[in-house]
Amino acid sequence: MSVLSVRDLGIEYQTTGGGVPAVRGVDLEVDRGEVLGLAGESGCGKSTIAGAILRLLPVKTRITGRIELDGNDILELTPGKLRAVRWTAGSIVFQGAMHAMNPVQRIGEQIMEPILVHGQSGEREARIRAGTLLEQVGLPTRRLDDYPHELSGGQKQRIMIAMALACSPSLIVADEPTTALDVMVQAQVLQLLRTLQHDLGLALLFITHDLSVLVEVADRLAIMYAGKIVEQGGAEAVFHSPAHPYTKALAAAFPAIGDMRFRGRPSGLGGDPPDPQQIPSGCPFHPRCAEVTPACSSVTPELWTAGPARLAACVHVSGAPALEGVSR
Amino acid sequence: MSDPQPEPDVAELGVPVVEVERLEVNFKGRVGFFAGLLGRKGSDAKAVDGVSITLHEGEVLALAGESGCGKTTTARAIMGLLIPDAGTIRYRGEPLARSRRGLRGYRRQVQMVFQDPTAALNPRQTIYEIVAEGLRIHGVPGGPDAKTEDELVARALSRAGLRPPERFYLLYPHELSGGQRQRVVIAGALVVDPSVIVADEPVSNLDASVRGEILALLMKLREEFRISILIVTHDLGLAWTVADRVAVMYLGRVVEVGPAEEVLQRPKHPYTKALLNVVPEAGGTERPILQGEPPDPTRIPKGCRFHPRCPVVASGRAERIGILNRCVGEDLALEELAPGHDVACYLTGLGEEP
Amino acid sequence: MQTLDPTPSEPPVLVGEPANLVPPKSPRRIGWARRRRALSAFWKTYRRSRMGMVGLVMMILFILLAVVGPFFVPAKDVSVAFATGKPFQPPTVHWLLGTDNFGRSVLSLIVVGSRISLIVGFAATVVTMVLGAGIGIASGFYGGKTDTLLNALTNWFLVIPWIALAIVMASILGPTLLNIILIIGITSWAGTARLVRAQALTVKERPYVERARALGGGDLHTIAHHILPNVMPVIFANTVLTVALSILAETTLSLLGLGDPNSISWGGIINEAFQAGALSAGYWWWIIPPGVMIVLVVLAFTMCGYALDEIINPRLRAR
Ligand SMILES: Nc1ncnc2c1ncn2[C@@H]1O[C@H](COP(=O)(O)OP(=O)(O)O)[C@@H](O)[C@H]1O
Ligand SMILES: Nc1ncnc2c1ncn2[C@@H]1O[C@H](COP(=O)(O)OP(=O)(O)O)[C@@H](O)[C@H]1O
Ligand code: SF4
Ligand code: SF4
Ligand SMILES: [Mg+2]
Ligand SMILES: [Mg+2]
Repeated sequence: MSVLSVRDLGIEYQTTGGGVPAVRGVDLEVDRGEVLGLAGESGCGKSTIAGAILRLLPVKTRITGRIELDGNDILELTPGKLRAVRWTAGSIVFQGAMHAMNPVQRIGEQIMEPILVHGQSGEREARIRAGTLLEQVGLPTRRLDDYPHELSGGQKQRIMIAMALACSPSLIVADEPTTALDVMVQAQVLQLLRTLQHDLGLALLFITHDLSVLVEVADRLAIMYAGKIVEQGGAEAVFHSPAHPYTKALAAAFPAIGDMRFRGRPSGLGGDPPDPQQIPSGCPFHPRCAEVTPACSSVTPELWTAGPARLAACVHVSGAPALEGVSR
Repeated sequence: MSDPQPEPDVAELGVPVVEVERLEVNFKGRVGFFAGLLGRKGSDAKAVDGVSITLHEGEVLALAGESGCGKTTTARAIMGLLIPDAGTIRYRGEPLARSRRGLRGYRRQVQMVFQDPTAALNPRQTIYEIVAEGLRIHGVPGGPDAKTEDELVARALSRAGLRPPERFYLLYPHELSGGQRQRVVIAGALVVDPSVIVADEPVSNLDASVRGEILALLMKLREEFRISILIVTHDLGLAWTVADRVAVMYLGRVVEVGPAEEVLQRPKHPYTKALLNVVPEAGGTERPILQGEPPDPTRIPKGCRFHPRCPVVASGRAERIGILNRCVGEDLALEELAPGHDVACYLTGLGEEP
Repeated sequence: MQTLDPTPSEPPVLVGEPANLVPPKSPRRIGWARRRRALSAFWKTYRRSRMGMVGLVMMILFILLAVVGPFFVPAKDVSVAFATGKPFQPPTVHWLLGTDNFGRSVLSLIVVGSRISLIVGFAATVVTMVLGAGIGIASGFYGGKTDTLLNALTNWFLVIPWIALAIVMASILGPTLLNIILIIGITSWAGTARLVRAQALTVKERPYVERARALGGGDLHTIAHHILPNVMPVIFANTVLTVALSILAETTLSLLGLGDPNSISWGGIINEAFQAGALSAGYWWWIIPPGVMIVLVVLAFTMCGYALDEIINPRLRAR
């Protein structure tokens, strides 16, 4: 059963410089006990999707499509109902959140806050629950009485995870949860997230710009470019045989130690991601694509079948309609 | 696919360009605001505690390790940006001058690339002014093939991959993408024709997709202009793609140094192995991840400074093979394991693998 | 895999920049083009502030008055000996603002006095800014003992009442125009210095300052190219406000009889009126018009200063 289902989501920020179409028709599905990795360059719209799921975007923002979280139609909820759904149905761990902790409030109180706000239990039970959560994220219960400044960056991010778990949500959205952390700490936090997700049977939407982070975490992957999903499929399959040229470039950017093909040859993607207000015609990736064909600037690829349980938005994939001058 | 590069042989190393010997840098104790209120005193941090590394001509040397192990401090000391408490730094055999004049001449040869390109660029300067800054400090070089300031700026920008250069002259840093900003920083270093570049985590603040391009640019500079590069990184995967040699640091010391192929494929120090375990790999085999917090240079453990986290100690193996006493009690230095491959671990004396 | 091609793909070409922007070639022209662009962007924002525009128009009128006005006033109009009017004449069609005790036209006095008032305002501001910026930068940038010393000095000047210091200095130095300017400058730099020091302290920690050092730049280079340009916007709005404060300070000193008796300023006119008993005798035309001028000029500079502050400082905060 899918915990999160996003249908044809379109999001346009309203600014003084006009509308910014940050997300342009996205479908996503996350099942119970599943980790969906959402990857793409900065600015492609990942955080915007995360914000839409919990309706955390600026009020003026135009949102179209449908978001269903745990059976609730998020975009149609009344403000009161929305508050009830936030944190109990879905919660979020963001990158900068560890700087957003209240510096003068003890850790324990901060973890208890969502539990008390949602009236899930009284003060005493909430404190017991906070202690349990702390242990779940690998910190001793006595840390409840610490202040945030007494914790390291990795420990703060663990606390953020504990807070996200506080009301036993069905879905956790993790938006770049490890980006600012040190390698070793990053690995620890990833390991923790994976264990928790597995043990609690959570649905996890894991967002990052660094595809390599997703390798060991995600079951399925969705690759995003310029506000759209361009490739989707099982994590292993997408890594080892990427179908979309963009995914190929992303996957090639992370080297395997011992593989001589990478020695002395760093590779990456040239050019810059497009400005959402000036998205190139046809396939939005065509100005940077290594396999571009003459058809690419006019044909807008849709998510066509690219193998078993695989979709990719590129004219080269097997499911694409026949086009002149395009080889598969 | 073309042939793999020939493995760099130790005998092939060029002449030493920058030699760092037993470098030590201490920072006076600082306390946080809250801790200060509680009357706590900070203790001194031995950020760098006896580091010796050599950068050879035309070489890419990676300095790797967790955050807080002293990589940036080492890099800043090499740039003469801070005064070491002990040790020497030599450039082509000459000790680093401390006079303003001497340092200026040195910095014409040794340039730096910073971790956060956004912060390293003055938001009030145009790209032209930023790149020309080095020339305005050192003067536009004369000579037979003398060029004007803007010719040199244009050349540096296009060498850094910003083409056509004129289009960037009037832009401000905030009008560029992160990758382009880092290219501007590199152009600003290139404009004075340095022979060494010290790059402190040059790609860790960039999007994963543009990292490769910036690294490829650094590799090209090495190839075309024989610039020697010291690249500071916490990512051993990155070291694998660009470095000839790798030096792994832990808590202010180098614990393993050698050719990249050796160090990264056949690590001899348990810490190197732990760092390798956290390089994500497709197919995610379950590998043990080092637990605990990054080390604290205000409290350096006795004996081997890695022993509180060392898996060899934790698993009891150190005790079984009889090195535990030394691990926890006796300080140790780098020892040569093979020509050009040095390790600081009691295991190697016994011929044991980590 | 094709993406592992050893040659990196072509470097990115900037998109979104107007193609018609033909960059100038010489470095000086580039500097100018950049300043022009910054100024026109600034003007666009400034124009939107009604308060700023009203203040600016008033300010320009006052400056015009001070620059050209005195040329239209015959010297004998404001001379004690050759004044043509009768003393203490109330306003009439001929004597628009009446006359003073010597029969001089108050209107002429005000026009002539505008020049001195504004000169004192601007010159004292220059002194304030040079002292404030110099001491603030030295204190913030060099730190250590220099900072301790200069900061103590700044704080000392901040806490002692300026008027007491000004009286002492004026009685020692004597009331000449130059001394008045110096006294106002010396008594009012401390606030600016504190502002500049705070900004210099944050700017010097920025990585681009370290980059300048790594490039080989010395202290003077760093101050001139990185600290000063980042401190200027902070003190710019402050400068305009300081002009207003300096004009007020000049008035205050004149009212206390510490003004230059040989030059005519607005404060001086009011002082003379007081001394001639204008207040008790009801010669309002002798006191109110120069008073209104002072209020208006201070208002004009203050409005500009606040408008500037509103534009410049949010931008600084946002960064
Ligand atoms: N509040 C906002 N107002 C206007 N534009 C925004 C806002 N937030 C994000 N954007 C724009 O929307 C696009 C997508 O942003 P985001 O979702 O944050 O990307 P990502 O998380 O993938 O890096 C970007 O181009 C960004 O500039
Ligand atoms: N300016 C400084 N003042 C005090 N301590 C510092 C300073 N710079 C670095 N340190 C300390 O020195 C240690 C090494 O820091 P650094 O060289 O930046 O490590 P790395 O670059 O490997 O992450 C850290 O514990 C850090 O807190
Ligand atoms: S549709 Fe064309 S431009 Fe787009 S990814 Fe495929 S080949 Fe490249
Ligand atoms: S010396 Fe001992 S403690 Fe240190 S790394 Fe080697 S085995 Fe571990
Ligand atoms: Mg984001
Ligand atoms: Mg560092």
